Amino acid sequence: MRQYEVTFIVDPVLANDAIESTARNYVEHLKSSDCEIVHIDAMGLRQLAYPINKRTSGVYYCIEFKAQDHELIERLELALRRDERIIRFLTVKLDKYGVKYNDDKRNGRIGRRKEAEAALVEDMKGPAKQPQGPKPVAAATAATAETVATAVETADAPEADTATGASEEE
Amino acid sequence: MASRDEIKFLSNPNIGKSRKKYCRFRKYGIKYIDYKDPDFLVQFVNEQGKILPRRITGNSLKYQRKVAQAVKRARHLAMLPFVTDLLK
Repeated sequence: MRQYEVTFIVDPVLANDAIESTARNYVEHLKSSDCEIVHIDAMGLRQLAYPINKRTSGVYYCIEFKAQDHELIERLELALRRDERIIRFLTVKLDKYGVKYNDDKRNGRIGRRKEAEAALVEDMKGPAKQPQGPKPVAAATAATAETVATAVETADAPEADTATGASEEE
Repeated sequence: MASRDEIKFLSNPNIGKSRKKYCRFRKYGIKYIDYKDPDFLVQFVNEQGKILPRRITGNSLKYQRKVAQAVKRARHLAMLPFVTDLLK
């Protein structure tokens, strides 16, 4: 029994019902071929990093499942490829660390590097489900600004020293 | 005679010493790099969206390969750009 993860982007132009039914269609497809669905993650509407087929945003879905048969993946991918409502898809086999990571992520047990993000996720749970706000980017820029500031300070220090030294010589 | 404490250096003697780089994945025991997490992966690309080399990030080879794989997957899913300007 191997664990896989298929992520796909649904065309956002469709009505909400159509988007949901597209996702449900694939879940049913997997269930009907003896798959154990582990988790369905509706990541929601996100901005694409580059336009695909003149679309600048997409609705992301991620389905984790356990499958016995690798030929199932080929059938699934063929169906995804034929579907005009799907902009992009990616199927990945999860190794044991990937399985553990996803499990931890669902239960909110992600370690140090995810602390900020865990807070962010909790923030997002409060209001409407929004895809990745601009917060982490802002935090990152703040961090870089800080390092720049310290660098500037260290650069300034020797100059000040030389200036005082020169005045003492006089 | 100036005593030893009063000696002033023309330049900051600590300025050239760079801190030793380390692999953050080994240090913090991160075993899996999520390709669906562009905010994390953005640390490993430059402003144009190119993957940074190991000599800059300090990643060990094992995890650099995983980072590269994750960045490429994220690009395919339009979570990271293939080419851009002013990513950061």
